[in-house]
Amino acid sequence: MTPPAFSPVGLRFENIDKRYGGLLALRKVSLSIAPGECVVLAGRNGSGKTTLLRIAARLVRPSKGTLIFSGDSTGGEVDALRPGFVAHSIMVYDELTAEENLLLFARLQAIARPENRVGALLQEVGLSERRASLVRTFSRGMRQRVAIARALLHEPAVLLLDEPATGLDPQGTTWLAEAIRGLRDSGRTILMSLHGESDISSLGTRAIRLDAGSVVADTRTGATFRSILTFADA
Amino acid sequence: MSLLRNAAVLLGKELRTEFRSRELLATTIVFILIVLVLFSFTFDPTSDESRRLAPGLLWLAFLFASSLMLQPCFLREQHNDTLSALRLSVSDPFAIFLAKLAANTFFLLLAELLLLPLFSVMYNVPVLPVLHWLLLVFFLASLGISIAGTALSAISAQARMRELLLPLLMLPLLTPILVASTEVTKALFDREPFVKWQGIGFLAVFDVVFLTALWLFGEYLLEE
Repeated sequence: MTPPAFSPVGLRFENIDKRYGGLLALRKVSLSIAPGECVVLAGRNGSGKTTLLRIAARLVRPSKGTLIFSGDSTGGEVDALRPGFVAHSIMVYDELTAEENLLLFARLQAIARPENRVGALLQEVGLSERRASLVRTFSRGMRQRVAIARALLHEPAVLLLDEPATGLDPQGTTWLAEAIRGLRDSGRTILMSLHGESDISSLGTRAIRLDAGSVVADTRTGATFRSILTFADA
Repeated sequence: MSLLRNAAVLLGKELRTEFRSRELLATTIVFILIVLVLFSFTFDPTSDESRRLAPGLLWLAFLFASSLMLQPCFLREQHNDTLSALRLSVSDPFAIFLAKLAANTFFLLLAELLLLPLFSVMYNVPVLPVLHWLLLVFFLASLGISIAGTALSAISAQARMRELLLPLLMLPLLTPILVASTEVTKALFDREPFVKWQGIGFLAVFDVVFLTALWLFGEYLLEE
């Protein structure tokens, strides 16, 4: 995909708690993700994957603990960093065209020459011919392509994907796996939540399992990696 | 500068989507029209009676219509979680409020101005001689309604019973605007029209106070 225009960045979660009223969604989560790692977050529904990703995206403020983005070479904090985030929902407007959506978010992020950037991204995600069609007329796979293009507009060094393959057909999943492979190989740090094994999970270099808001397994090796994804006992 | 640039970009989006669907504007205009027509059936106003009753009726219609118009303001950002995308993209979340309240003020003002001639004919109230003053009152009151309504729309969109919550929160809060704008309008419809500066001053102060509060605390209204 797009050639890298960023410095590698890692993430560090330090003792993160998140409470929603009486519900403790995350408890004392401490994780360090190295620059360029591709991490798969696994866990049952309600285990805290989405909350962790939304905290990483800075959409949710943790009740306790801190999140630090760190540069590879300097190790310093990078507060101004904005991760690219792809959520369950596509996070674009149904009543705008693919091009209008991307131009809107490009202009909000003050991206230089937004028309050029949007044109290049539409080409990369294979939507050039449908650029003037309203997003509400798109299939689930095409909608997901727009969502990924939106997340990549500002060439983020960190990409957060929350169950990106949900609702995709096999063809869509294959396209997504190739897209994520390209992003991983370009040096981006990727943190994605997934359900079960797939072409996409095989791209991970590390798997972390959450259960009831806590990290219960964390590995980079084969058999344990698979067991984390399939919820077997690690 | 980035705040104003972001707000302008978002305002463009709000106007484009509304003029493409025309949902809000059409609903608001039809609602105000129905209220004005129904009230015109309930009494047969003499000119003096109209001058006395019509301003309150007009502002009640505007206020109820605005609660309809403001309801989807943040609700439709939840459909595809576009509010999160906006929060990730803007440097200052106040830009989101600024764009939405500017769009809401514009649409409300447009609906009011489109229905003013009809109101004038139906209630036998001459508006042309005081049109410039009416425009000022309409603008200040619509701005106030939009500022408070946009903030409350952000709150109610995240709550249960959200469709009921907005009018319940909004109508009591906007009572001062209703009273002030009715009083100023009544003075303008008098046989010898005069400008009630106290009311205009109150509307301006309301706008400034609520806009400042929104600027200071708006970010917290968008948090999950």
